Amino acid sequence: MLKDVTIGQFYPTGSVIHKLDPRTKLLFTTAYIVMLFCINNLWGYLATFLVLVVVTLISKIPVGYIIRGIKGLVLIILLTVTLNLFMTPGNVIASLGPFNITLEGLKIATFMALRLIFLIVGTSIMTLTTSPLDLTDGMEWCMRFIPFVRRYAHELSMMMSIALRFIPTLMEETDRIMKAQKARGANFETGNIISRAKNLIPILIPLFISAFRRADELATAMEARCYRGGENRTRMNQLIFENRDRVSFVLMFMMIGGLILTTMIKMPLIFPI
Amino acid sequence: MTMEQKVKMIEVRDVQFVYPGNNENESVNALSGVNFHIDKGEFVGIIGHNGSGKSTLSKLLNAIIFPTKGDVIVNGLNTKDHEHLWDIRQTAGMVFQNPDNQLVATIVEDDVAFGPENLGVPSLEIRERVDRALATVEMQAYAHQKPHQLSGGQKQRVAIAGILAMEPECIIFDEPTAMLDPSGRREVMETIKKLNRDKNMTVIHITHYMSEIINADRIIVLDQGKIVMEGSPESIFKNVRALKKIGLDVPQMTELAYELRNAGMDIRDNILSIDEMVDALCR
Ligand SMILES: Nc1ncnc2c1ncn2[C@@H]1O[C@H](COP(=O)(O)OP(=O)(O)OP(=O)(O)O)[C@@H](O)[C@H]1O
Ligand SMILES: [Mg+2]
Repeated sequence: MLKDVTIGQFYPTGSVIHKLDPRTKLLFTTAYIVMLFCINNLWGYLATFLVLVVVTLISKIPVGYIIRGIKGLVLIILLTVTLNLFMTPGNVIASLGPFNITLEGLKIATFMALRLIFLIVGTSIMTLTTSPLDLTDGMEWCMRFIPFVRRYAHELSMMMSIALRFIPTLMEETDRIMKAQKARGANFETGNIISRAKNLIPILIPLFISAFRRADELATAMEARCYRGGENRTRMNQLIFENRDRVSFVLMFMMIGGLILTTMIKMPLIFPI
Repeated sequence: MTMEQKVKMIEVRDVQFVYPGNNENESVNALSGVNFHIDKGEFVGIIGHNGSGKSTLSKLLNAIIFPTKGDVIVNGLNTKDHEHLWDIRQTAGMVFQNPDNQLVATIVEDDVAFGPENLGVPSLEIRERVDRALATVEMQAYAHQKPHQLSGGQKQRVAIAGILAMEPECIIFDEPTAMLDPSGRREVMETIKKLNRDKNMTVIHITHYMSEIINADRIIVLDQGKIVMEGSPESIFKNVRALKKIGLDVPQMTELAYELRNAGMDIRDNILSIDEMVDALCR
């Protein structure tokens, strides 16, 4: 199941969307998320769906890959839908034992499901098309405009990129420790949840010790390379808005405008209310 | 060039270093009464048993820690003057033992850029420096790789490039080959030797492997926080018994010569390489 979550993975294809400035994509995604929660009828979702289809086609990411991202979160979606379906008061249209399904419930459940699916698909398209490194750089820039967070923008992005750097290293290490413990007769596959959790302790302790030692050595190495925080620091790769980014901004405003228009459509699609 | 004209890269004057503990008994006297200097362009090897104070000494030279007593002068700047801290760290770069724990970025070329970025070098110049540094260590082909996909020797060469990009005058290597396999060790040693020979970089090489420093200009032997021997490789290695006493190995051929002499054969005591041995035997 964890393998199915595609949010946070990078899928390079070299498309125009991949080449966009990470800041553009972050802003676009933020606008998209806000819009998702402003939409109030199915026309809006139809329009959003079209936007997603077009973006996916341009990004050249296989549709199956994006759908897999939804599969990983299908439980959460089902839970939300069920809760909304049965818990909303209003015109009863069907009942299942003590539970009533209302027309309002059906409407809200459908909207919630669509919102969640579009949210997942939209954000995964962003992460699938942006390398983690670019994403961190883009986030650092965006954080500069958020009060309170601004002061820590550099530190936060440095932490994120170090985490990204060390995740594979620590994964390898976990694997090695696991093998070493297995060779000593440890058992990770059988037993109930509690005994399995207990069996993880001989992995976690060496892993933590080694992670702290790494952190200490890395800090020394960074200091030796004159690291002293974000002040007066320059960057080799500076983020530059290109023409394609400008075009994207125009498209983004058109999308926002279009979606605002759909909220005004009075003609019902499916739901009579 | 006479002795007086040689420019001093590093001067260590009567240095003592104590790791403070919670109380008197816990504090560790890692170095005491250490005196030496290193000239520009020199290749100096430092050897010593585990815990003899080699890493402590290397961190003193790069202003990561400061002497409890005495002074460390790098390129004329005292490490105690905190205003020169960054100049000193830039002048005397440092490569550590564990290649994994000194690479910061997720992409090789970004890691090499880390140092110059910290120094505030303009973007375009960083680009040039990174390309040049990667070329020097012959890692251009891997510029866009992720560090964890490289071999140990390659990672260590990237770490060296990261220091070169800061344009130091001197590089201190603290057992850079200790965690590598033989081929990785060879790659890294060739790189280090090339830097000293072609770029005239001052090199301080700390190691456990005697074979890595038989061509050094000078060797310093540390034991229990003190310098116990100092001199040319030949003059150091011929003291086979003294070196063994402080837990150090001697290059194979030197040891063979020593044993041959003990067995009554008339052979030089300062033989380092197989070639020299062959010459001496076939004479
Ligand atoms: N952070 C520390 N705190 C307290 N004592 C320390 C610390 N680091 C090193 N020491 C002690 O200082 C002495 C010298 O250590 P140092 O690491 O310099 O030795 P070394 O020659 O580099 O050894 P190795 O060959 O194992 O790398 C040792 O006795 C060690 O236990
Ligand atoms: Mg050491």
